[in-house]
Amino acid sequence: MSARANALYARRLLRERAFLGLSMAATVLGLGCLVLILTTLLIEGFVGLRLQVFTENTPPPGSDGGLLNAIAGSLVMTALGVVFGTPLGILAGTYMAEYGRYTRLTQTVRFVNDILLSAPSIVVGLFVYEIYVAQVGHFSAWAGGVALAIIVVPVVVRTTEDMLILVPDPLREAATALGAPRWHVISRVAYRAAKAGIVTGILLAVARISGETAPLLFTALNNQFWSSNLNAPMASLPVTIFQFAMSPYEDWRRLAWTGALLITAAVLALSIAARALNTKRGQ
Amino acid sequence: MMTAAAAAIEPKPPVKVDIRNLDFFYGDSKALKNVSMPLYFKNVTAFIGPSGCGKSTLLRVLNRMYEMYPNQRAVGEIMVDGENILNPKQDLNLLRAKLGMLFQKPTPFPMTIYDNIAFGIRMYERLSKSEMDGRVEAALRGAALWNEVKDKLGASGLSLSGGQQQRLCIARTVAIKPEVILLDEPCSALDPISTAKIEELIDELKQEYTIVIVTHNMQQAARISDYTAFMLLGDLVEFGETAMMTTKPKNQKTEDYITGRFG
Repeated sequence: MSARANALYARRLLRERAFLGLSMAATVLGLGCLVLILTTLLIEGFVGLRLQVFTENTPPPGSDGGLLNAIAGSLVMTALGVVFGTPLGILAGTYMAEYGRYTRLTQTVRFVNDILLSAPSIVVGLFVYEIYVAQVGHFSAWAGGVALAIIVVPVVVRTTEDMLILVPDPLREAATALGAPRWHVISRVAYRAAKAGIVTGILLAVARISGETAPLLFTALNNQFWSSNLNAPMASLPVTIFQFAMSPYEDWRRLAWTGALLITAAVLALSIAARALNTKRGQ
Repeated sequence: MMTAAAAAIEPKPPVKVDIRNLDFFYGDSKALKNVSMPLYFKNVTAFIGPSGCGKSTLLRVLNRMYEMYPNQRAVGEIMVDGENILNPKQDLNLLRAKLGMLFQKPTPFPMTIYDNIAFGIRMYERLSKSEMDGRVEAALRGAALWNEVKDKLGASGLSLSGGQQQRLCIARTVAIKPEVILLDEPCSALDPISTAKIEELIDELKQEYTIVIVTHNMQQAARISDYTAFMLLGDLVEFGETAMMTTKPKNQKTEDYITGRFG
């Protein structure tokens, strides 16, 4: 090997090591932060994790209590968001992938949907406040559910469209060739082939909204007490955490940590479920 | 095999589908140029020619499959039992139920073997469970698949081998009792043994159905078809009895293709 080639090789090797070093440092930094966050959360969260958390409502400062109303409120409003948002998202995604795949409308909707997908969630909250809360004059669980639905829609639209586009055309042609009408082809064949992917998208949307605070702050507000009235302010885990964590009271802050642990565990479970479904689809 | 002389004396069978002056466009480009030919009742007609000659396009015009996609249009007449199916008023679902189609790659639906067959039947008929069982069995027997799957009708159609999947698709097609079966290179994804089974099946199916098969394989056309259409760049170069075409083609281009000089 000539001297020049050797020098070139040595320089390349040096660059290779430098980049490897940088990549590894970045990975360690990223993973380190995550581990730090999770350990803090686990340690702080487990301290306050007692049965009471699930059986008693949020307490006034200085007395015992749990997070029952916040947990229930989160479940109710997440459910509302999914119930409002999912059908809308699936139908829109179906239009884009099946009926209007080549139309200008679809391109426009896809573009707008992508903007909505990355819109700051506080904007969504503000929007619902302006067009709903301010009109009826009071905060409510309905408003919270609507705000969460607006976050669900673009996620579901996107995954539904993507998953339906992945369904091979010959499958649609085969069903069509049997004389099946369009809607039949979509509902009986295309949906079935894309089912796992679409459900994964919905699960990820649920995971996303279950930790959202901003859209609920000025829609559902919060509630110190148990409330089953959807037309009244309702507690939720993220907003309760927000309020308790900023308080000067030790017992409130402990409950905030426990709430954070619960949300994280729920999101983790949803992500694992989504991942499992995806693996099943790949087989 | 019938000799050329014997075939020539036999009277022509009735015409099931009559293609008249058919042009086809993908956007502005013309893919079929003034194609006219008959498809004879209960006979096998093979479309042959090199890639891009328009043979699959022609097949997809016959059940108007092209209408699933934008910017494709056909001009001319295709008479099926005396009615022009290119008429815009033609009901496409009924047309496709009448002219069944099979594809290059097997396309089982993501459901059980039983449901794959029942899918098409359920669309047009309300049957009791036992009637449906009978129809599914008859269809699978008709596609020579019954013995292989009778114990696992609840298994996914996707769990079958490629050749079995293709026969499942044939069963699914015959289950809805079409009159014409359009085959788009049905064996190109299959091994020789599966291919032989499908060819045998085609031979049986022509007792009941008018069959059209698109194939790359000249030998396959010679083995299974009664009539052959040779196409080149959107033109129908030659149409005639397969026995005549493979032995004494009238057109020099046909002879070149058949003898393997190009394509």
